[in-house]
Amino acid sequence: MIAYVLRRLVSLIISLIVASLVIFVVVEIVPGDPAAYMLGMNAQPDTLAALRAELGLDGSKVARYFGWVAGMVQGDFGTSYTYRTPVSGMIADRVWVSLPLALYALILSTLIAFPAGIYAASRRGRAGDMGVMAATQLGVAIPNFWFAMVLVLIFAINLGWFSAGGFPGWDKGLWSGLKALTLPAVALALPQAAILARVMRSSLLDMLGEDFIRTARAKGLSAGQALWRHALRNALIPVLTIIGLQFSFLLAGGIIIEQVFYLPGLGRLVFQSITQRDLIVVESVVMLLVFAVIVVNFAVDLAYAVVDPRLRVRV
Amino acid sequence: MTIMTRMLTASAIALMAGVGAVQAQTSITVAIQLEPPNLDPTGGAAEAIDSVVYSNIFEGLTRFASDGSVGPGLAKSWEISDDGLTYTFHLQEGVLFHDGSDMNAEDVKFSLDRARAEDSTNAQKPLFAQIADVSVTDRLTVVVTLSQPNGSFLFNMAWGDAVIVAPETAATNATNPTGTGAFMFVNWVQGDRIELTHNQFYWGAVPELETATFRFISDPTAAFAAMMAEDVDVFVGFPAPENLPQFEADPRFQVIVGSTEGETILAMNNKVAPFDNPLVREAVAHAIDRQAIIDGAMFGYGTPIGTHFAPHNPAYLDLTGLSGYDPERARELLAEAGLPDGFTTTLRLPPPSYARRGGEIIAAQLREVGIQTEVTNVEWAQWLEQVFGAKDFGLTIVSHTEPMDINIYANPEYYFQYDNQAFRDVMDALTATTDPDGRTALMQQAQTIIAEDHVNGYLFQLAALTVAKAGVEGLWPNAPVAAIDLTGVTWAE
Repeated sequence: MIAYVLRRLVSLIISLIVASLVIFVVVEIVPGDPAAYMLGMNAQPDTLAALRAELGLDGSKVARYFGWVAGMVQGDFGTSYTYRTPVSGMIADRVWVSLPLALYALILSTLIAFPAGIYAASRRGRAGDMGVMAATQLGVAIPNFWFAMVLVLIFAINLGWFSAGGFPGWDKGLWSGLKALTLPAVALALPQAAILARVMRSSLLDMLGEDFIRTARAKGLSAGQALWRHALRNALIPVLTIIGLQFSFLLAGGIIIEQVFYLPGLGRLVFQSITQRDLIVVESVVMLLVFAVIVVNFAVDLAYAVVDPRLRVRV
Repeated sequence: MTIMTRMLTASAIALMAGVGAVQAQTSITVAIQLEPPNLDPTGGAAEAIDSVVYSNIFEGLTRFASDGSVGPGLAKSWEISDDGLTYTFHLQEGVLFHDGSDMNAEDVKFSLDRARAEDSTNAQKPLFAQIADVSVTDRLTVVVTLSQPNGSFLFNMAWGDAVIVAPETAATNATNPTGTGAFMFVNWVQGDRIELTHNQFYWGAVPELETATFRFISDPTAAFAAMMAEDVDVFVGFPAPENLPQFEADPRFQVIVGSTEGETILAMNNKVAPFDNPLVREAVAHAIDRQAIIDGAMFGYGTPIGTHFAPHNPAYLDLTGLSGYDPERARELLAEAGLPDGFTTTLRLPPPSYARRGGEIIAAQLREVGIQTEVTNVEWAQWLEQVFGAKDFGLTIVSHTEPMDINIYANPEYYFQYDNQAFRDVMDALTATTDPDGRTALMQQAQTIIAEDHVNGYLFQLAALTVAKAGVEGLWPNAPVAAIDLTGVTWAE
């Protein structure tokens, strides 16, 4: 077990280093000068030079890369070119919107997908299964931004139950914050739930066809008892993988949902920073998201070892 | 109690009273598309900065009114010497910065010297280029000496880049703006909103609005949703003009259509073949159907222009006749220029919809006369680097939103590379002339030269589109400068 964890840790660190190199190189190659963007069309060459010097864009790229990595390791993500404030502060503010939103959407998605997938597997071939399959087919096909707009049209404009977007801040109360995140979370969750339900169903069906289930039935358990007590636990492994991937997607990919609901989250920050050529923010946020994805995968790997005893012994 | 504490307590009480009161609406939420990167108008070119702070938080010696005219600001009066070189400004009495400190001539000298310094990062340094000296005569009198007469000096001092700041707070204005205006900065939740409160110690009339919140909604569908769900009270620069008829028909809302200083042009690279041939440029001008572009790309909102000048300006000359829609004439001109089969060129389009949508329509119109275009969509940063900086383009569409910017045609290094000494002479004469009739005649001469030379395809003037709840009064219909002046805005009873 220790060896397994250690191996995973080493691969985590190597992934982070490679990712940082790739991110830095890609962002630096992109055409467009941050100083020119900030000062606009009427800027004089000497003003541009002054701003570039102020932002530290003059130095060598190699020096800037190592400075950036060294800073990140200490928790200092640099200073934004556009906003002139520390990037770590900006990220911290935005994380408090994106992370709760991702978790909220993940919980909703799991709450919908698990019962749906289990129900479909237990009613295989019958009307219930067909119904769930049709619904998930639709859910997988619908783009989440279109679904978001439909939700806004119905619940915000027509019924007025929710506001059309925006985030009041957690200091205005937990309830108002959750209310503001509800429509976005639903828009994110439903398409994900559709995928998760299908994975749950097919994984469970695989398990139900195994010999040990036949043994359990032979020993006298009902179909339902066999499903709950034996099949479900083993069906969780692929489902865990998908949940890990989904969380990563929800954290970073909520960018379109954040645009539609004008939420001050990480996705929108990256989007705006790319337009403004705020290179430091782009590099730091992308690095942070890569880190989150790698850590989540690491956690999922550990969870495998917990769920599946066979993995603990393997060398 | 210090002035600052007094101001804060008064504002807090006012805020609470505002929240408690049910009848009198004293708060307003204004939405705009772009969030300002920072709140210092003297340090960046983003229009969004002026949208929030101009006339609200910061003020200059002079200020723009909604019709574009220039009036007194922090300078209540001034005298200009006969040779046009010396301006003596008399400042308003009793002006305080938001931190409680006194505003006087020393602060004016500091602000102007800071803007024109060698290492200044002011995006509009040319505005201050002719200032030779700024001196303080007494506490409320400043004398500015120019190196040569400039008829638009007072106009220049009204720009957001020329506002007066205090030496103690200038460095932190980007995140904590401290000005002299009728509204004070309270809070900025980055990515979401900026909150202002009215300045009880304002030297002029304290605004009726007690709190103002700016929100940033860039997606057109989200903008429509926010307005319809009544989450915001006003949307300035509404990005979804296709929905305006729906708002007009709804009694809850009002739609205000005005004009801006944005001349939208099809810029041609004058030093690159075949656009270095005036016949080709004239051909392009006749190939364009302005009304089709206005209807197709802007849903009918916009005024056709025949030259690089705002139609609402009294000195405007209607020269659209020189470049009327005439594809036959365009083909004739191309044949005359030795290109009877037309030619191929690049068309680079920045993000705004007037460029992306308008670009498709123009590409189709040019195809009719034999001009093939390779259309590429670029982001602003790329546009600035490739088109504006490297001048690597054939055609592009952009809107120039600075007021009175016809002088860009006097700069042969400017991205469309128009080089005409006669035009530069007219511009020099204009700078030296202060007499209004003389200025009008020269401005009309300038407009005629660039229209006859067909330097660029002059398309239309951008319309200012504002959607607001029916009870809001005092909003500027026009946008002579990218400002949202809330000082005169109130809710009807």
